[in-house]
Amino acid sequence: MKCKRILTDLQEYFEDGIDPDLRADIEKHLMKCNDCRVVVDTTRKTIDIFCNSEPAPIPEDARHRLYEALQKKIRSCRPE
Amino acid sequence: MSAQSCCFGWFVQKWGMSSPKITPVNPTNPETPRPLAAPTLPSKVVKDDESALVAAAKAGDVSAFETLVSRYERKIFRLTQNITQNREDAEDAMQEAFLKAYEHLDNFEGNSRFYTWLVRIAVNQALMKLRKRRPNQISLDEEIETGEDSIPREVEDWGPSPEQRYAQTELSGILSQVIGELDPSFRTVFQLRDIDEMSTEETAEALGLSVPAVKSRLLRARLKLRQKLNRYFKQGEAS
Repeated sequence: MKCKRILTDLQEYFEDGIDPDLRADIEKHLMKCNDCRVVVDTTRKTIDIFCNSEPAPIPEDARHRLYEALQKKIRSCRPE
Repeated sequence: MSAQSCCFGWFVQKWGMSSPKITPVNPTNPETPRPLAAPTLPSKVVKDDESALVAAAKAGDVSAFETLVSRYERKIFRLTQNITQNREDAEDAMQEAFLKAYEHLDNFEGNSRFYTWLVRIAVNQALMKLRKRRPNQISLDEEIETGEDSIPREVEDWGPSPEQRYAQTELSGILSQVIGELDPSFRTVFQLRDIDEMSTEETAEALGLSVPAVKSRLLRARLKLRQKLNRYFKQGEAS
């Protein structure tokens, strides 16, 4: 496998269902190619950093307006 | 060649200038592969009692619906914020998504998870806001240009935990900044797949895209974000 192939196969490499032979080919290449290994490693870190980031709380004023609108909607959908 | 000395010209030669082959997708075209059904494996973002809460809400339990809103409000707001890149639009899209979800709750048949259904509504609301601000520029299913902007240009290691060099609020600002620099068709796919941890199939289902289209956009998005984060996380960059 050559470096050029790494880019085309990178998406599959990050998927759980990757073909075992393809995974083995990629990892064999990564063992001997430092540049590709760094690209794969930093791409994985990119995914992890975003994945592990917690959503910030909603601004209080926005949250207040959301629940106010929701109460209004509930009243209109379920009249007494 | 050392990693530090790598330059764009070398990568052009090494990885080539053409990106992975992109399959143009048109959801209205019957020849376009249709999204697969949602997978059976539950996502980590969904609590086990979601279906019970939905059933209670459908039966008229308002507090059950409010629990669902409370559970997902942060995620939905981050989603609409990342897609619209506008605070006012994000708030409106979030609010409209929850109101529509409540209004149409009886139409939710449980074929997919409630969260997936809610995300689909929120994405639609956010994209409507985006298109209103930038008409003729936003189309999720348009053919992707095989550009060069995701080809790795710098290969520099980041070290084991690069995010720890920044305080939480500073890191949040960096992530928000770089994802906002992505094209909407890339950042929307990345948002659902890698931030909201939906599966590729669920993302395809929520966006009305084919699975191959999601995969190609996701790879481009990941590589572009890697490139953009490089300026913050490469070794030797002090925070």
